[in-house]
Amino acid sequence: MRFSFSDEQEQFRAVVRRFLDDHAPPSAARACMASALGHDEAVWARLADDLGASGIHLDEAHGGQGFGQAELGIIMEEMGRALLCAPYFGSAVLAAGMLRHGATVAEQAELLPPLASGARRAALAWVEDAGRWDAAGITLAAGRDGAAWRLDGRKRFVVDGLCADDLLVLARVDGALALFLVAGDARGLARRALEVIDPTRRLAEVDFTATPARRLGADVDVDAGFARLFDEALVALAGETIGGARRLHAEAVEYARLRMQFGRPIGSFQAIKHQLADRLLDIELAAAAVNHAAAALDENDPAVSAFAAQAKAMASEAGMAMAACAIQVHGGIGFTWDHDTHLWYKRAKSSEVLLGTPAWHRERYLAALEANA
Amino acid sequence: MSMPDEHTVRAEVRAWLAEHWHPEQDLVEWRGILADSGWGMPHWPRAWYGRGLPVAMSAVVDEEFDAIEAVGVARIGIRLLAGATLLEHGSEAHKRRFLRPILTGEDTWCQLFSEPGSGSDLAGATTRAERDGDDWRINGQKVWTTSAHHAEWGLLLARTDWDAPKHQGLSCFVIDMRQPGVEVQPLKQMNGYASFNQVFFTDAVVPAENRLGEIGDGWKIAMTTLAHERRGADALRRWGQAPARAGRIYDQLRAEIASVLEPYKWYPQRAGRVDLALPRARETGRIADPAVRQELARLLMLSSAAEWLARRARAAHELGRPQGPEGSLGKLAGSEVARQAARVHTLVSDAEALLAGRDGPHDGTIAEILLSVPATSIAGGTDEIQRNIIAERVLDLPREPRLDGGPFRDVPRNPERGR
Ligand SMILES: Cc1cc2nc3c(=O)[nH]c(=O)nc-3n(C[C@H](O)[C@H](O)[C@H](O)COP(=O)(O)OP(=O)(O)OC[C@H]3O[C@@H](n4cnc5c(N)ncnc54)[C@H](O)[C@@H]3O)c2cc1C
Repeated sequence: MRFSFSDEQEQFRAVVRRFLDDHAPPSAARACMASALGHDEAVWARLADDLGASGIHLDEAHGGQGFGQAELGIIMEEMGRALLCAPYFGSAVLAAGMLRHGATVAEQAELLPPLASGARRAALAWVEDAGRWDAAGITLAAGRDGAAWRLDGRKRFVVDGLCADDLLVLARVDGALALFLVAGDARGLARRALEVIDPTRRLAEVDFTATPARRLGADVDVDAGFARLFDEALVALAGETIGGARRLHAEAVEYARLRMQFGRPIGSFQAIKHQLADRLLDIELAAAAVNHAAAALDENDPAVSAFAAQAKAMASEAGMAMAACAIQVHGGIGFTWDHDTHLWYKRAKSSEVLLGTPAWHRERYLAALEANA
Repeated sequence: MSMPDEHTVRAEVRAWLAEHWHPEQDLVEWRGILADSGWGMPHWPRAWYGRGLPVAMSAVVDEEFDAIEAVGVARIGIRLLAGATLLEHGSEAHKRRFLRPILTGEDTWCQLFSEPGSGSDLAGATTRAERDGDDWRINGQKVWTTSAHHAEWGLLLARTDWDAPKHQGLSCFVIDMRQPGVEVQPLKQMNGYASFNQVFFTDAVVPAENRLGEIGDGWKIAMTTLAHERRGADALRRWGQAPARAGRIYDQLRAEIASVLEPYKWYPQRAGRVDLALPRARETGRIADPAVRQELARLLMLSSAAEWLARRARAAHELGRPQGPEGSLGKLAGSEVARQAARVHTLVSDAEALLAGRDGPHDGTIAEILLSVPATSIAGGTDEIQRNIIAERVLDLPREPRLDGGPFRDVPRNPERGR
């Protein structure tokens, strides 16, 4: 269903929302922001045990639930709404997705179950100093130690990279992309937390110095696998952004109903009303694009890369515009540390840039349309 | 009642067309047969020229018509808004008398709502309808009335009670436009066309049986018409185009398009002609310019997402789910698309955007787009009014403080204009 959700999907959404309302209120996000780890291990464990969240989109044979991008999108949207701090995007979406599309069947059977159960966490390291998000930005060449492989170089912007048990690394072998597994305690591996604008999403910088690595997916087209993973990640992140934007919109509307100035609620001023109407339009248009792209992924639509770029560009802009509007509608209190709006503002900003800016995705979108035509 | 599936509908309409369609018949006769079969308006009820099918099935039926270039019922323009309003609020007698000639194209209609003093604030209408024996006498003025110069009938909003509050003193009438008390004067628009008019009423007559609904129901009925207009905003993109084929019916269709459909000729342009954007960017080579690419991508993203949002609204409607926000957002999205399209056409045309008519890009179509787009955010309810509606009805924000309560005769309003 490209245009609406089924009743079962709506019920699933309600279950996820209830869980996150209970376990991930904004106070929890603040606690996670201030912690060294960046998330709450107890919530991470229950996310897997109660909801099976980490394996929602993975095959049942790998301990997953066998659902598609639409259900993953629902989880992401609810996590964005709650501002859940957890290595979900890094491990369940990026790393598990890369294994699905870039590892052999046997390797998947070995490596996916612990990710599906949440027992282990992995992170995907692909971006380098240039800050380029697509395959063209991957220049690190893997080296050989006889039959073994080793890595030398640096990866940056590694989402949830510090708390990961294992790292999946994209590098080049004879010019083509290749996937490597590096144990978190491998020799010659140095990880450092990057100082970030959005403390609810942790990023790491990873240095490899003659670091031993296991090559995965030797007979798999990793370039194609990464392209597919990238589309999935764009749509998932766009869904998360929609969730945050919808929450901020609802809160701004609520505040506008209550806050009195000049003897009337500020929500009766058109300058406020019209902003909120316009933001609703942006959000719903972007949500339509996200749902459409998720369905296109599930249906293996050949034009999916264009749709994924569209979803990311539209959601990023709608999310950022909504975050700015939410602060504006709240006035001075919206600019304070104690008020929660800035937490979502920071997430909106980090989601706007992560995986590429809207302008970059507009360019990719048009290029994809031209190629398809 | 179980709904027939797409496959069955397709097979049925195909079989029906195979039996009845041929291009050498008379246009009005054909549309009559079509109307009576229900295939002309498949989503209308069976009792009234429809087949009671979901709206989505109409698209399936359209595809079958298009595939063999069969002519449909008369669906373009205000007449269909009148049809939908009559279907909802008309009596049996009204439906029997008015619906069929709307579908055959014999009757053209206009919507007599806006006045010089009341556009956004339609409930402020001051055109008066007064009883005169069994009849009603109409006096006053309407403006921006599309198609009035072609219309046989008008859907008229007029004040019947000056002591009631504004919204309660209005009634709705069907008025015969071809009578001495009705004078129609075309108004030229900024794009050079004259598709709307001013209409003056001087003791014009409406017989009692041509009142729609009860006395005082005018506002409610006008809202039905407007809801159809706003929902259908995207349908305006389709303007009649006769297939370039020989056949008596096609000749008659071409004549219709050149005459009573002429007012809608520029409607696709006012929606922005998104379809021209990418092809023209390629043809002109402007697609190589990164600034053009950004704006073009924005446009194509926006217009496809608006389409999906509209489909989501229809899907929700057909699943019997309560209307979500998407139902009210379509018209505003359409304005956004039109404005962005004008921006892109300007960028793509570059210096050529200075030129119109035969000298202008795409045979003057680009100039026509640039000069027609402003209508989109005004006609059928301005963007500001749409934002108010979204804020107040969808988001439930507090209403504006109002200064127009109490008996209408005491409400502050624009001075009445003489001629
Ligand atoms: C091409 C075209 C075809 C038309 N066809 C028809 C037709 O067939 N039949 C018919 O009856 N009418 C028709 N109209 C009229 C149209 O519905 C009105 O022009 C429109 O509703 C605006 O009314 P107005 O022109 O009186 O402007 P006004 O209502 O005076 O508005 C002027 C400005 O004030 C703003 N404004 C007004 N009220 C508010 C408010 N409460 N809050 C914020 N801003 C406000 C408006 O948004 C606008 O920007 C047509 C118009 C056009 C352009």
